Amino acid sequence: MYAFNYHRPASLAEAARLLASNPEAKLLAGGQTYIPTLKQRLARPSDVIDIGGLAELKGITEEAGGVTIGAAVRHAEVAGSALVRRLIPALASLAEGIGDPQVRNRGTLGGSIANNDPAADYPAAVVGLGATVRTSKGRAIAGDAFFTGMFETALEPDEIVTAVHFPKPEKAAYAKFPNPASRYAIVGVFLAKTASGIRVAVTGAAPCVFRATALEQALAASWSAASIDSVTIDPSNLNSDIHAQADYRAHLVKVMAKRALAAAG
Amino acid sequence: MRISMTVNGRAVSGEVEPRTLLVEFLRNQLGLTGTHVGCDTSQCGCCVVHVDGVSAKSCTMLAVQADGCSVTTIEGLAQGGKLHPLQQAFHEHHGLQCGFCTPGMIMSAADLLQRNPDPTEHEVREWLEGNLCRCTGYHNIVKAILAAAQTMRGMAKAAE
Ligand SMILES: Cc1cc2nc3c(=O)[nH]c(=O)nc-3n(C[C@H](O)[C@H](O)[C@H](O)COP(=O)(O)OP(=O)(O)OC[C@H]3O[C@@H](n4cnc5c(N)ncnc54)[C@H](O)[C@@H]3O)c2cc1C
Ligand code: FES
Ligand code: FES
Repeated sequence: MYAFNYHRPASLAEAARLLASNPEAKLLAGGQTYIPTLKQRLARPSDVIDIGGLAELKGITEEAGGVTIGAAVRHAEVAGSALVRRLIPALASLAEGIGDPQVRNRGTLGGSIANNDPAADYPAAVVGLGATVRTSKGRAIAGDAFFTGMFETALEPDEIVTAVHFPKPEKAAYAKFPNPASRYAIVGVFLAKTASGIRVAVTGAAPCVFRATALEQALAASWSAASIDSVTIDPSNLNSDIHAQADYRAHLVKVMAKRALAAAG
Repeated sequence: MRISMTVNGRAVSGEVEPRTLLVEFLRNQLGLTGTHVGCDTSQCGCCVVHVDGVSAKSCTMLAVQADGCSVTTIEGLAQGGKLHPLQQAFHEHHGLQCGFCTPGMIMSAADLLQRNPDPTEHEVREWLEGNLCRCTGYHNIVKAILAAAQTMRGMAKAAE
């Protein structure tokens, strides 16, 4: 690991100021992605700003019938939250399936979505539930507009995710086919019936989370496994790597969609 | 940077670079070499300790992040010269061969049992997702944890 200066700001305002004043500074939250990155010398920040303990980024609250989760809330807290379990159980079970217990004890929601790993779980919930990402610049970014490409988001370099608001769906479920070693998604499908329609978000399959619009239309016509079967998933834009070929991922999208459908009821 | 924390009930402090990992501080500065390092990728779990009562990979935390925290390592588990029930059960059920993964296995299992004193075999196996063992095939590790859970439930009952 290269040397850096470490800061533990006492407030979000101070963190934002530190970040804005130095283009070589980077945020650290749970560290479950960034510390391995530093260890491998894949990043060389001059300053590391630790926001993992900021009270302003903590807390899970009920809002407008849905839930609002602070950016520094750990995966284990979401998995164990009685409020999340009651209002959006699919979100709690998604959090429970991330990595392993020690990763869940440290990793945070904000870190996961800011990183936007193509195989991460939370992006599927943010897009699948039509969530809103709130930031230190007072912006409220729609889930559909937040993830812009592989490891790319709509965040500006000096912008901090503060919270995510998830509206309550009528029904929802997440199913993933995990990599047996890391538990990252080879394919994960988040399926939701919401006030604004059916949403199907797919992670793991492509360079960035995306909405499977053909599946959405088929499920809107009829909420059934037969609708999923009737759709063809085009593998040409999907990933091929040592874990799975694109055509296998295309197949898995439908299998995971059917498992999510069965779980959502 | 100067950091202070409680390690196994003892107040300690030291001078570290910000890039020092918690596991490096424990092993190199405090001489607590029971916590192992088995990988570079945060996947093996040999380095698991408890930070403020919760299990964490000490190779995936900076020492400065543990400033002000209470840390428990495998060396802090035995009380009054008596092995912790998990340590005893790993011994009795042959839950280790080379022993490299054992400190992490036991610290991880200790976190499970404080949340769930009566786990099923399936729950134990799921919980060990982040702990790799190259020797045992896990079977006796799971047996040992289930046996320790039973012992600890008995102890809790006797204390009532
Ligand atoms: C062994 C292992 C298995 C894993 N398995 C899975 C899995 O199955 N599914 C899954 O989804 N993930 C998995 N992960 C990743 C894990 O979920 C991470 O916690 C997550 O990707 C990053 O969150 P973090 O809080 O640790 O962020 P950090 O590592 O601290 O930061 C990640 C990035 O986000 C930035 N950042 C952090 N917080 C903010 C913020 N509030 N605003 C703006 N930028 C911010 C940082 O600057 C950094 O670039 C795994 C990790 C490990 C080590
Ligand atoms: S040393 Fe392998 S996970 Fe920490
Ligand atoms: S006993 Fe050798 S690695 Fe587990």
